Amino acid sequence: MAEQISGQHQPHPDLSPPVTTVGVLGWLRQNLFSSPVNSLFTLAMIYLLYISIPPIIKWAFIDADWAGSTREACDSGGACWVFVKVRFSQFMYGFYPEDQTWRVNMAFLLLIVLSIPLFIKSFPKKAWLGAFILCIYPIIAFYLFYGDAFGLERIETTQWGGLMLTLILAGVGIVAALPIGIVLALGRRSNMPIVKSICIGFIEFWRGVPLITVLFMSSVMLPLFLPEGVTIDKLLRALIGIVLFQSAYMAEVVRGGLQAIPKGQYEAADALGLSYWKSMTLIILPQALKLVIPGIVNTFIALFKDTTLVLIIGLFDLLGMIQAAFADPKWLGYAIEGYVFAALVFWIFCYSMSHYSQRLERKLHTGHKRN
Amino acid sequence: MAVDEKESLAPAKPSLWRDPNARAIVFQVIVLAAVTLFIVFIIKNTLHNMESRGISTGFDFLGNESGFGILQSLIEYNESSTYGRTFFVGLLNTLLVSALGIFFATILGFAIGIARLSRNWLVAKLAMVYIEIFRNIPLLLQIFFWYFAVLRALPGPRQSLNVGDAVFLNNRGLYLPRPVFEDGFGLVLWVLGVAIIATMVMTRWAKRRREASGKVFHTFYASLALLIGLPLLAFLISGAPMSWDVAALKGFNFRGGLGVIPELAALLFALSIYTAAFIAEIVRAGIQGVTHGQTEAARALGLRPTPILHLIIIPQAMRIIIPPLTSQYLNLIKNSSLATAIGYPDLVAVFAGTTLNQTGQAVEVIAMTMAVYLSLSLLTSMFMNWFNARMALVER
Repeated sequence: MAEQISGQHQPHPDLSPPVTTVGVLGWLRQNLFSSPVNSLFTLAMIYLLYISIPPIIKWAFIDADWAGSTREACDSGGACWVFVKVRFSQFMYGFYPEDQTWRVNMAFLLLIVLSIPLFIKSFPKKAWLGAFILCIYPIIAFYLFYGDAFGLERIETTQWGGLMLTLILAGVGIVAALPIGIVLALGRRSNMPIVKSICIGFIEFWRGVPLITVLFMSSVMLPLFLPEGVTIDKLLRALIGIVLFQSAYMAEVVRGGLQAIPKGQYEAADALGLSYWKSMTLIILPQALKLVIPGIVNTFIALFKDTTLVLIIGLFDLLGMIQAAFADPKWLGYAIEGYVFAALVFWIFCYSMSHYSQRLERKLHTGHKRN
Repeated sequence: MAVDEKESLAPAKPSLWRDPNARAIVFQVIVLAAVTLFIVFIIKNTLHNMESRGISTGFDFLGNESGFGILQSLIEYNESSTYGRTFFVGLLNTLLVSALGIFFATILGFAIGIARLSRNWLVAKLAMVYIEIFRNIPLLLQIFFWYFAVLRALPGPRQSLNVGDAVFLNNRGLYLPRPVFEDGFGLVLWVLGVAIIATMVMTRWAKRRREASGKVFHTFYASLALLIGLPLLAFLISGAPMSWDVAALKGFNFRGGLGVIPELAALLFALSIYTAAFIAEIVRAGIQGVTHGQTEAARALGLRPTPILHLIIIPQAMRIIIPPLTSQYLNLIKNSSLATAIGYPDLVAVFAGTTLNQTGQAVEVIAMTMAVYLSLSLLTSMFMNWFNARMALVER
């Protein structure tokens, strides 16, 4: 009675939402069992996972052999990681002399140390550091790998191999293709008809043929192109092919960036009285190249995967070394382990790079966006 | 004084050295001369080198006897055939694997792309896992995996895996039943032709009636009935004039049936699975590229979900999807050249490989191979451009 007299109206407390719409149950209902068809799909997928995942885990981890150094150690029926362990240094360095591998490690360590500041936002003079990595570092790396100077033993390119060769091919391919690609892209957008048609012809030719024919060409035709008496290293021939091929793709990526720059930028540069090269190097290219960094990373990923093709012309990259290891009569029948290892290495590289490029794309997607 | 003023206002005539047009001409002449000189230098070296190595030039070698056999050929071919015929066998094998690869990659890619957008959390996540795994592993590695680790490791013909005693899988390949057409099957084909024409006429009529009266006639099920039902009826009436030639184990290997060599199967698996991952991403981007406002507007007009999908989303998504899809198809065609790594007799393997090694005529062989891929690329992109122009909505 007293409550009514005081005139205070107490609202009825809210009912809690039905248990099937909140929490784990609600999530399951909404995302997995929202309709009969969906439930069917979910059950089918769970069954698929049930029949595929446990055997894989059993094979790769529970039944696997890790210890030992001979084939006899692999007797439990699971994966034989001993094979990968024994061959690991070959997979990484190819036939590079074992006591010299510190040089390879040094070169890659140096690259990592040099590139870390590039990812730190507030680091000063990043452009100079970038230029150092692109121009000076390759020379240092070359002497570390090849030697024959500064008291380092000479190691022929035929002894290079494994992951190291994969990284060299992809790295040189992208670094050398970038300047050629920029020139080609500028040429393709030029007003001069002859320059423009030469550039279009070059780009479309290399983009129209498979890399493998390019590699064949560079390995069998390049020696014919040179004056008599000039011989050229096998690795260098492959690199020339890769760089020519890659520069055409790079040109298209850069052209995308050039096209994304509003016309006003070109006109403003002209109005300032800048010459063609000045307006390009000071106004257009810095903006365009910033825009195409994700595209360049994507081309790099594609090239990184494509370097495996060099095994067809007889160079031993990571996949080539693994393929060669199967031929060892002591280790017959461990193809799956080898391929899984190679796949894992390639996957880690490509996935992290593509993730990085996606993040970069979101970060750089600021200017030049309409609406 | 006045004259002077006028002169100073007129645009100064630049000296020849500073005239942009003159500069452009000079620059282009220099570039052209440099490129021509470079090409002449290469041609001269090549001719000299070939002469000193005793390599003949010209395309006469195409008429010579090849002297090697080929694992799979769509046209008649044996060891006494010419190199010219080798070229065509390789070309047809390349076209075969490309066409089949495009077919399977498109189906798989669209299915996974749509699954990626599913409201079912598990389905969407699994589609994502598929995409992330397969597009980040080199294609050559995948081809090797399917060929060396899976198909070559299968049991021999005697212990082959079999499905219903009709499909057999062993390390010599995949054996499917082959349809054998008997007399009277022609009737079924005739009826199929009639059904196709009838469907086209019906679709036209339905469209005209809808535009005139607004009444909708559902052509989908009617066409299905026409296209499948009529030929089936004709097939049954004419007494089922078709049988299956099932492969059977004779001696050490299977005879009869439709044999798919393991090289083709491995290449096809790898190409389809790899390219499907890229196509799936394209399809997802295409569907997501149609703004949500379009769906909302369609709902506001009172359309039901199925017509929204057919009339609003798919036509607009296709406009976004087709250009990148074209380049994926081109990639697939070019990637089919990796066949040479596992010995599938495609153009690169039999022509740029074996023929080049036997004749030594690198320039001609490589030029012909590259010309084939260039024209295939050109033809595909021309076809897809035409298709794209047809699909593109006409904007006012």
